[in-house]
Amino acid sequence: MNPTNIVIVGATSAIARAIAERYLTGSSFVLVARDADRASAIADDLTIRGAAIVSIVAADLADLADHARVVHETCAAMPSIDLVVIAHGVLPEQDRCDVDPDYAIATFSLNADSMISIMHRFVNQLIDQRQGTAVVISSVAGERGRASNYTYGAAKAAVTAYASGLRARAAAYGVRVITVKPGFVDTPMTSHLPKNPLFASADTVAANVAAAVRRGTASIYAPWFWRPVMALIRILPEKIFMKLKA
Amino acid sequence: MTKRRDDLASWGRMPQATPKRVLAMPWSGQAPMWDNDDAPMLAYGCGRSYGDVCLNNGGTIVRTSAMSLVQAFDAEYGVIRAEAGITLEQLLRLTIPRGWFLPVVPGTRYVTIGGAVANDIHGKNHHRRGTFGCHVLRFELLRSDGTRYVCSPTEHADLFRATIGGLGLTGIITWVEVQLMPIASTSINVDRVKVRSLDEAMDVLEESDEAFEYTVTWIDTTASERLAGRGHVIRGNHAHDGECSTASLSRPPRITIPVEAPEWLLHRSTVGLFNTLYHHRQQARHSRFVSDIVPFFWPLDAIGSWNRLYGARGMLQYQFVVPLSERHAVRTILIELRRAGIASFLGVLKTFGTIASPGMMSFPRPGITLSLDLANQGAAMQRLFDRLDGLVIDAGGALYPAKDSRMSAATFRASFPGLTKFRHYLDPAFSSTFWRRVTQEPL
Ligand SMILES: Cc1cc2nc3c(=O)[nH]c(=O)nc-3n(C[C@H](O)[C@H](O)[C@H](O)COP(=O)(O)OP(=O)(O)OC[C@H]3O[C@@H](n4cnc5c(N)ncnc54)[C@H](O)[C@@H]3O)c2cc1C
Repeated sequence: MNPTNIVIVGATSAIARAIAERYLTGSSFVLVARDADRASAIADDLTIRGAAIVSIVAADLADLADHARVVHETCAAMPSIDLVVIAHGVLPEQDRCDVDPDYAIATFSLNADSMISIMHRFVNQLIDQRQGTAVVISSVAGERGRASNYTYGAAKAAVTAYASGLRARAAAYGVRVITVKPGFVDTPMTSHLPKNPLFASADTVAANVAAAVRRGTASIYAPWFWRPVMALIRILPEKIFMKLKA
Repeated sequence: MTKRRDDLASWGRMPQATPKRVLAMPWSGQAPMWDNDDAPMLAYGCGRSYGDVCLNNGGTIVRTSAMSLVQAFDAEYGVIRAEAGITLEQLLRLTIPRGWFLPVVPGTRYVTIGGAVANDIHGKNHHRRGTFGCHVLRFELLRSDGTRYVCSPTEHADLFRATIGGLGLTGIITWVEVQLMPIASTSINVDRVKVRSLDEAMDVLEESDEAFEYTVTWIDTTASERLAGRGHVIRGNHAHDGECSTASLSRPPRITIPVEAPEWLLHRSTVGLFNTLYHHRQQARHSRFVSDIVPFFWPLDAIGSWNRLYGARGMLQYQFVVPLSERHAVRTILIELRRAGIASFLGVLKTFGTIASPGMMSFPRPGITLSLDLANQGAAMQRLFDRLDGLVIDAGGALYPAKDSRMSAATFRASFPGLTKFRHYLDPAFSSTFWRRVTQEPL
């Protein structure tokens, strides 16, 4: 069954927007985002393209104390949740993280604590409903700590492990948790990086996500080729991996 | 550290440029993300310009493609307002099912509406509808100092006229409101006429403008002097009934060229062979058939990254316009090219009508325009083109900046009489590789 009541957490992220576009016609959305003006521009766009109702819950997700309200208001806006996409996060500058631990930990908290807190709460909600799917946007960066982005990677590692535990717990209630591990994605977040053939568009990632939702796949790499690549990277001996300095 | 950004090249893949910084506008309401050190800046859409108008070597590039929300669509009157980074394809996917089409489309659907305004692009129906800028009702311009101007023929009218065809030099267009054109069908009734000479091509083109929305001539640039200008006049109208379908739009390219092709691939001999075969593919003088919009307007979009076929040295486009009375200049140029042994894979001839654009720096003006795709062959070719530029300018013509990477400052000045006025509206923090070249200002 195609999801029709959809929650997008981190609705201004390019991947989140591309996912929303996959479920337009007749669907209702709740967009959770910090910037209410921008969320409302996205809401207009989704409505013009065919969405039925789009509501906005404005929240700064760095504030964990506010998460209970976010879930509460979201639930008040729709009869039940079919699909919740959790996509907020930042790509910290690793150079700055290296010399500024406070900055490093602040971004780590947003990417790990905040994401885990909101996904935990929403998955609990789905369990109460005894149905629904949660899509958690993690990253291939979570598979191994690289010199060039270990602060981001470590947070994503926590997200991946947490989602896998939630998935096992939720399955008993007919609720699915899908972990999505994109590789490089061409979005404003990565505009400063020179693009190479490994980069995928947000649209491609969204197509992969929609397929996983349809099939009920537990965990995907997006695009698929990251699966063998990461399998290789995971088994490289640490000594060799360190030298790659990738 | 600055790195080469092949992903931010222009379509001709030359010249190469390395920006010092790359930013991306995530949405139209975004507050300026730059500071004084970032100048000179330049917006970059899809990079479908051939030369260097979308390049900013040593400066800051502001990507616009993520800024692609639709803000309003009035399906009754056919007015759409969208963020400037939306592509024509994304826009058409939404408007076609409601019976609306863009009144001006170029030869690729992968361009942004911001880019369409900044180059004030033209289509196969210039004689009927003028340029893209003729259909722009309003847009918002974000200047480097953070001020925003909503520009239209009546509000900030001078900035409106400077920005249409303004090559991105007046600031960043954040959203555009366009008047669409009603259509009954996405099928085009095509009549393709085989012609044996430039004169015949011109006669058929001029006579076709009366009865056809779209007219264009493919010409065989490799034909002998006697046959110079032979080719096919392709003319068409939207069918009056049928359906408005977007099925073919969403299909991705059938094949994608993965790497640069070797130099010999588009050699004079292979190009000549292709052109001859193509010309004689049609036996009869007329061939009438029904075409879908995709193969009719955007045949090249079926091959992803086809520009790589031109090899490592990249490709040049040469597009000029001369007044209708200067037909012979077109002929002379075709003959000069042939004598120099330069073969164009794709030669396209078209008439521009009399509908004036609001743009001060707009390229189209009444006359004949010829565009040629050529593999870059270095210095000798440049010298030849300098000579051809002279012929164009002497004939009272102009060169198209969107296709240019080589014209001189003098040719540019002669092509654009509105230049002196235009300078008043430049954003002081904006510039491009093109602009520095044609104004001879070193960075
Ligand atoms: C196969 C092919 C066929 C073509 N056919 C035609 C044709 O038939 N007719 C025609 O006229 N052109 C044609 N072109 C050229 C193309 O339509 C133009 O170059 C168009 O402007 C490209 O749009 P873009 O979004 O890629 O812009 P870019 O090439 O990225 O940028 C073009 C210019 O627009 C500026 N710009 C882009 N976005 C903004 C913005 N938001 N605000 C301010 N400035 C901005 C840039 O700074 C730059 O100066 C063709 C190109 C190709 C590759």
